[in-house]
Amino acid sequence: MSLDKATVARIARLARIEVPEEALAPMARELDTILTFVEQLGQVNTDGVAPMTSVTPMRLRMREDRVSDGGDAARVLSNAPEAQDGFFVVPKVVE
Amino acid sequence: MTSNLMRGETGEWEVVIGMEVHAQVTSRSKLFSGAATDFGAEPNSQVSLVDAAFPGMLPVINRECVRQAVKTGLGLKAQINRRSVFDRKNYFYADLPAGYQISQYLQPIVGHGKLTIDLPDGSSREIGITRLHLEQDAGKSLHDQHPSATFVDLNRAGVALMEIVSEPDMRSAEEAAAYLSKLRTILRYLGTCDGNMEEGSMRADVNVSVRRPGEKLGTRCEIKNVNSVRFVRQAIEYEARRQIDLIEGGGKVEQETRLFDTGRGVTRSMRSKEEAHDYRYFPDPDLLPLELSENFIEEIRRELPELPDEKKSRLVNELGLSAYDAGVLVADKESADFYEVVARGRDAKLAANWVTGDFFGALNRSGKGIAEFPVTAAKLGGLLDLIANGTVSNRLAKDIFEIMVETGKEAAAVVEEKGLKQVTDTGAISAAIDQVLAANADKVNEYRSGKDKLFGFFVGQVMRAMGGKANPAALNELLKKMLAGN
Repeated sequence: MSLDKATVARIARLARIEVPEEALAPMARELDTILTFVEQLGQVNTDGVAPMTSVTPMRLRMREDRVSDGGDAARVLSNAPEAQDGFFVVPKVVE
Repeated sequence: MTSNLMRGETGEWEVVIGMEVHAQVTSRSKLFSGAATDFGAEPNSQVSLVDAAFPGMLPVINRECVRQAVKTGLGLKAQINRRSVFDRKNYFYADLPAGYQISQYLQPIVGHGKLTIDLPDGSSREIGITRLHLEQDAGKSLHDQHPSATFVDLNRAGVALMEIVSEPDMRSAEEAAAYLSKLRTILRYLGTCDGNMEEGSMRADVNVSVRRPGEKLGTRCEIKNVNSVRFVRQAIEYEARRQIDLIEGGGKVEQETRLFDTGRGVTRSMRSKEEAHDYRYFPDPDLLPLELSENFIEEIRRELPELPDEKKSRLVNELGLSAYDAGVLVADKESADFYEVVARGRDAKLAANWVTGDFFGALNRSGKGIAEFPVTAAKLGGLLDLIANGTVSNRLAKDIFEIMVETGKEAAAVVEEKGLKQVTDTGAISAAIDQVLAANADKVNEYRSGKDKLFGFFVGQVMRAMGGKANPAALNELLKKMLAGN
């Protein structure tokens, strides 16, 4: 696997992480090393083996349909850098 | 069947349409949190820390939402997948606090199904359903509250949605409109979505492409978030014409997302993003696969109500209604329920005539829903009973009905109060006939010398004299006798 700078820039953009131009090449090398490490798993033959979804023999638990939460806008907004009239306020986003 | 082809400058074109409908699941609480789902609450008052994506919060699935999705799948005659998987669909937007939407990608809860659409010319056609999956709704962004800021309300964030995807089986705006209407009807019968498009409980993304008949599929455009049946029809008509004109003018259709401008009746391109979406789906590590037992599914199957197609064929085959009347009655579950109460133990056709005629007429004029309308099914039934047992004529019943609409009273009470009871007493009718004949001696002579057509005139006069209350059969019989001169 070999990552180029453009791919790293794209991944960073998708994750909304700002990576300065000069850091792209070193990061490409680091990510490459990680990917190479992970790719060793490809040596194991997994034909016919279903992907593992949990390390414990558990099934998805369901809850009953009851209103048991909410009703506390102040708490929900407690970490918001800006709020007004019960709304989160963010820089204008228009598609 | 009439041709669906559209005519262009250079020949005929076939329109190909598929639809993705987002339907809000009817449930008290959200898909993965215990916050309420009611429409129109104060901003952020129905938000759990799970919905707001606070660190460390974990989703726990709502059993009712799963049941509703399965029920919908069964209603669409679809395959229910015993095992499905929740994935994260990653993208950034202000009203999506987690940075991803929990959805289902490769392994949805419901697979292939079908839906029969009913067209205005009386024909019907089967449309394939590709899949149905469960996912979370996003929050709501308000861009018009402030010049430089967007306000975000997360009440809707995390509410369960069913995304129902059709095959590209529709060939006209008419068929697409019929599909959306029918899907809404089925969801309402099932009680799995309220189908309220004004409140956004149902929204459609419409894929439209055009091609020469028999050729391979053209490039499609997706019209996002169309929120009424009428707009679906308008948007497709506009978009198909735009694509035909574009191609015939030597241009090429670009695959893109478009918006329908309801004010101007046109679709326009949503400025294409600087880069294409890359959702990087992967299984949500917070959620195990959803595994359903055969028992769970069977229990839901047993609860399925009678669906519109079955109800329609029962009304036609067992109650003898016309396909048209039956279609009108089953199109809306409330109407169908109302009709069935009125018809129970009564003349089914008479009931259908009254419900689709006078009742719907008055209901539409009132602008009210069936539930708030003063004449209930039991009251209308009471009126039909009075017709059946000869207390009132069908004509008089119409007047009584109007009074019932105004006052909300029982038919029998109106008859009593206004003295509208039909007169079958031959003495009273004879007396009225005597008066009319005496007052119109010249016409009586004309009648007797062969002008039969005057019979109707005499009937009208006697009816008027009796305030419309004479039993028509008795009146006819007596009048005939008395005109004959005995």
